[in-house]
Amino acid sequence: MSAEELADRQTETRTVRDALRDGIREEMLADDRVFVMGQDEEDGGSFEVTAGLHDEFGFDRVRNTPISEAAQVGAGVGAAATGIRPLVNLSFSDFIGVCFDQVMNQAGKLRYMFGGASNVPLTIRAIEGAGLNAAAQHSGTVHSLVAHLPGIKAVAPGTPAAAKGLMKSAIRSEDPVVFFENKTIYERRGPVPTDEAFTVPLGEATVERAGDDVTIVATQRLLGEAIAAASDVDDVSVEVLDPRSLYPLDTEAIADSVKKTGRLVVADESPLSYGFHAEIVTRVLEDAFWSLDAPVQRVGVPDTPIPFAPSQEDEVVPDADDVRRAIRRTI
Amino acid sequence: MLLIREFENRVRDRFADDEIPGFVHLSQGQEAVAVGACGALAEADYVTSTHRAHGHSLAKGLDPEQLLAELYGKEPGQSNGRGGSMHVADLEEGMLGAQPIVGASVPLGTGAGITAQVTGADWCGLAFCGDGSVAAGQVHEAINLAATWTLPVVYVIENNGYSEGMTHDEQHNIDDLAAMAASYGIPGEIVDGQDVEAVHETVSAARERALSGEGPTLVEAKTYRYRGHFEGDEEPYRSEAEVDEWMAERDPIENYVEVLAEREELEGDELTEMRADVEAVVDAAVRFARDADEPAPEAAYDDIFVDPAPDVQRHRNRMKKDGGVSR
Ligand SMILES: Cc1ncc(C[n+]2csc(CCOP(=O)(O)OP(=O)(O)O)c2C)c(N)n1
Ligand SMILES: [Mg+2]
Repeated sequence: MSAEELADRQTETRTVRDALRDGIREEMLADDRVFVMGQDEEDGGSFEVTAGLHDEFGFDRVRNTPISEAAQVGAGVGAAATGIRPLVNLSFSDFIGVCFDQVMNQAGKLRYMFGGASNVPLTIRAIEGAGLNAAAQHSGTVHSLVAHLPGIKAVAPGTPAAAKGLMKSAIRSEDPVVFFENKTIYERRGPVPTDEAFTVPLGEATVERAGDDVTIVATQRLLGEAIAAASDVDDVSVEVLDPRSLYPLDTEAIADSVKKTGRLVVADESPLSYGFHAEIVTRVLEDAFWSLDAPVQRVGVPDTPIPFAPSQEDEVVPDADDVRRAIRRTI
Repeated sequence: MLLIREFENRVRDRFADDEIPGFVHLSQGQEAVAVGACGALAEADYVTSTHRAHGHSLAKGLDPEQLLAELYGKEPGQSNGRGGSMHVADLEEGMLGAQPIVGASVPLGTGAGITAQVTGADWCGLAFCGDGSVAAGQVHEAINLAATWTLPVVYVIENNGYSEGMTHDEQHNIDDLAAMAASYGIPGEIVDGQDVEAVHETVSAARERALSGEGPTLVEAKTYRYRGHFEGDEEPYRSEAEVDEWMAERDPIENYVEVLAEREELEGDELTEMRADVEAVVDAAVRFARDADEPAPEAAYDDIFVDPAPDVQRHRNRMKKDGGVSR
């Protein structure tokens, strides 16, 4: 969160993992319609994000599901439409392929098709990202696919504060939200407001590092890489934004920054073609075209599945060096 | 079975020492299912597997040195290090691929059955899947399709009682998964997965059925995994006593050694010699994998397509460019 946002608040240092859990737990305490389900969820789910919640809330609130993603999401839609607020854990985001109908055709379209007759207050958690040598089917970043779908909101926080604040907003949202977590930043630490009323609204970006010469819009793991790269290039003043929400997207914050800097780098771990990068760039072209002083630069995965061999994973997965080179190319 | 056991002992140790990257899922305890089933197949038959694929791969005849190199992410691995433990494949040996997307092995096996049927081939497909996978929709769709089209496929559910940390009862409302065969109108066979000869016999009969045009069979092998779901799993969901009991009472290797000894088919030093041979093979595999070259980083851009798309290189070249962008 920006220094401004944090200025008047009491904060504590939390990891992304703990912040997510805090957010879920607070919403479960506040609203007993919140219902958590997923594979091994009673045991904390993948990467132990929900550890302890089954002990605290019991089987009525936290349940293991069989390996049935289509049922998890489809039934999540049905349960959401009939009065509860499911939080469905899909675990690795690559598994969304198994239940894409339930995301695209059910969660995304139900309300619209039925003339607004029912809300779908469903949150789906999905864990993205390369870097653990988990190979092609456990390392993907698929949020561009999902943010593309009409009727679906999507978030992908890069800090503990955003993780907690957005989790609370996602669970409270009357609309379906897919909540993307990056598996390599669960241990990332940062200040989180202690005030229980704290949330991050869907659709608000934040300036994580202020600067004047280049704007970097960076998500998830690459937010950290972008901040590192920004500190590296001490002759250039770099502003780094975390969009936090992918959809709705805070166009204004991004365009305002580019109007100031005149230069744009977009860093996101999605495959480069037809995705998040293109959306950010297009919105900037629409709203800040005349402010641009240099060609925009994209940092992402060059349209490959993620390879297993460490030497190859390092090759295709972007890091701070790639961001640094992108900054240089705008100068 | 000895080879699988010993190979995975090495994988366990090399993984613990950080020599093997990523995630590995060991099949120790389940060797008789892999060996009994693959032993019933011909070389031309195709096998599809799961995230727990080392046993199936070795039993289907994959080279242990290459397999370990693949697990190390090295160039001479079956997939040149691009797949690793969870994506082992070797089509020449009839290994159509490990599939860590739970359930996905089953439609792929059905697909092999379609090829066999429409080309009039004399081979069949065999799909391994876990008990947990049976909760996935694509498993049912694929078996139903094979049943409806009378495809030459054998489905082998390895029921080891757990999916990750979840027990059978948390996922299924029936005791025997083979009972589902009735809903597809095909035979369902339950077999003791710790008894290699029983598995062999059951799968042989199922294969024969498949090849004689009578369609698929669903085999449920009751078995047990000794190690955690993945290496590093703390296993809070089961007791050490339970694991010990299976190892002591139901070990597929020890029990078969006894059977063979009783029949006087294993004599003198034969077992000792076999163990020594296996040790030598896996030691050589470790040396081979360690010494093997890493794949070239740029090879990460190969094999995305048969006919490469220029977009990939375009993206890469732009990202690697150092200087400013010309006007
Ligand atoms: C579609 C999908 N959902 C979830 C997972 C995570 N996952 C990997 S293995 C596994 C358990 C599989 O259990 P089972 O089929 O019984 O095989 P076993 O591990 O016992 O060999 C799960 C849930 C996955 N890989 N793919
Ligand atoms: Mg199992």
